[in-house]
Amino acid sequence: MYGNDVIDPNDPLNAAETESYDQARRHEDRRHEVGDDFDALIAADQRIEPRDAMPDKYRQTLIRQIAQHAHSEIIGMQPEGNWITRAPSLRRKAILTAKVQDEAGHGLYLYSATETLGIDRAELLDRLHNGTQKYSSIFNYPTLTWADNGAIGWLVDGAAIMNQVPLCRCSYGPYARAMIRVCKEESFHQRQGFEILWVLSRGTEAQRAMAQDAANRWWWPALMMFGPPDTGEAATGGHTAQSMAWGIKRFSNDDLRQKFVDMTAPQAQKLGLTLPDPELRWNEERGHWDFGQIDWDEFWRVLRGDGPCNAERVAHRRRAHEEGAWVREAANAYAAKHAEARESAA
Amino acid sequence: MSADRSEDTSRVPRSAWAERARPGAQGRGATEAVSEDTSELAAQGGSAAYLLGVADDAMVYAQRLGEWMTNAPQIEEDMALGNVSLDLLGQARGLYPRIGELDGTDRGEDDYAMFRDERQWRNVHLVEQERGDFAREMARMLWFAAYQNELYAAQLASSDPVLAGVAGKAVKEVRYHLDHARHWVLRLGDGTDESHRRMQAAIDWAAPYVDELFEDDPMSLEAVQAGLVAMAPSQLRARAQHVVEATVAEATLTMPEAPGWRSRGGRDGLHSRPMGFLLAELQHIARSHPGATW
Repeated sequence: MYGNDVIDPNDPLNAAETESYDQARRHEDRRHEVGDDFDALIAADQRIEPRDAMPDKYRQTLIRQIAQHAHSEIIGMQPEGNWITRAPSLRRKAILTAKVQDEAGHGLYLYSATETLGIDRAELLDRLHNGTQKYSSIFNYPTLTWADNGAIGWLVDGAAIMNQVPLCRCSYGPYARAMIRVCKEESFHQRQGFEILWVLSRGTEAQRAMAQDAANRWWWPALMMFGPPDTGEAATGGHTAQSMAWGIKRFSNDDLRQKFVDMTAPQAQKLGLTLPDPELRWNEERGHWDFGQIDWDEFWRVLRGDGPCNAERVAHRRRAHEEGAWVREAANAYAAKHAEARESAA
Repeated sequence: MSADRSEDTSRVPRSAWAERARPGAQGRGATEAVSEDTSELAAQGGSAAYLLGVADDAMVYAQRLGEWMTNAPQIEEDMALGNVSLDLLGQARGLYPRIGELDGTDRGEDDYAMFRDERQWRNVHLVEQERGDFAREMARMLWFAAYQNELYAAQLASSDPVLAGVAGKAVKEVRYHLDHARHWVLRLGDGTDESHRRMQAAIDWAAPYVDELFEDDPMSLEAVQAGLVAMAPSQLRARAQHVVEATVAEATLTMPEAPGWRSRGGRDGLHSRPMGFLLAELQHIARSHPGATW
């Protein structure tokens, strides 16, 4: 499928296909030696489980982060869901439907993981709908052509995996375990996105133009997915330092962004696409790809709500939820009625 | 549950439906509208035309169900409706290439899905109707899955090995679709006042589209002759209808009176207004790039 002349199918295409993922999966459980003390568990790189005592701040940080991740999966269904009815072939339609379904599944895992911290899904959905919790800002960009589904898989899922592979070693057990499975599926999504672009970039002129346009539009927002700079002078702000001390975060935003650029730039060459950054070039001395300045004004603007799709995404989600309220109420009423009937029969 | 509703359960009006359920009671109305397209289909060989009806039903309903993704009442249901859509899509994809062999055109799945005009589609009207509320979807799925459940069972020993293979897999999938729809009809019918009202309205809404599923069009009768399928559509009705009626009764709903009008003509390529829009959405990218691969 990938044209063996250029692409070695055994070459890792994303972070979940690298040694870091395999390492993350090989967690060694030494709790019986370490005991149940939170600080001792963290110091020994052991997993915190739902029943363990934990600082309230740790709990709140995780609720915020895992919920935001869950919301991102659910909101993230929209940009691609938008294309299910229009996919250009039945094979693509089937793959895309399965992918959007996977995203729904990831959302459910992650809401469940958040629930282990003592909050329920209904409350989390309310927070998404009323804007008090966020989702990944990347989904505030529109999917304008079929090629955008390729760019989302290749770049957006690729960046997400880069962020998530270290989370497979997160100190909070339910989140780490969810991430192991999520990364595996995301890896498949990333490959299908790459393959969409691979086919387009070898297709008609219009298809090639479509692929290039999508890469142009998604490249910079994908780099923004790693969050604002948090090394050097920026190291003292934000959540990074505390999250690192708690074993929630393992690498800085900037480190992950660099790893992503290093992995992705050569893939763009294989696809025959030009990434929209004149400063992107291999730096022999650093052993990394150099890249240009990210427009952080755009990042903050979209994060604050002024992106192309912020209002639309939340309104869509809220509408589906509100339109479904009578169905959920009916299911609860039915369950209650039949539980009563069973009790009186017993 | 209100008293009047429990009364309703004991008086499901069956007579009109039972009349229609009797094998052979169907007129062959559709054959009155023999069109050029039908003749074309007939010329292509009855087997291919018959299979096209089976495949198009699945394809068009898969397309409609795909519209639910991100619009379902809860996330679990986004996944479930996506599953049903994928199953149906798989059934259509299993059949289209076989139809291309049988009709001698050697067309592939996308030739059928993306490059046929409205008059060449052989699906029934039920599946092409616009997405309504969730109750409507469950009413449609209940009838359609009950129908497909009988249909695929009758194709298990088909003289066509591809159809037998597709049916063997599909019959397990459809059992799940039926179960899913049945349980939602029960929950909604016997849930709240609002859900009861909506579910009843949905069952009433579906009624005019039901006859068409069980109509003995000439291609189906030919297919029975050829051993493609063990039973004519009208012979599938009694069992399918029994499942629907039992569900409706248990859900404290009532079967509607015989509808004043009924859909017809889908198997002859005569469709209702929503079909053209459905095809426009399904096909426009593929048609904008003729000859492209994806």
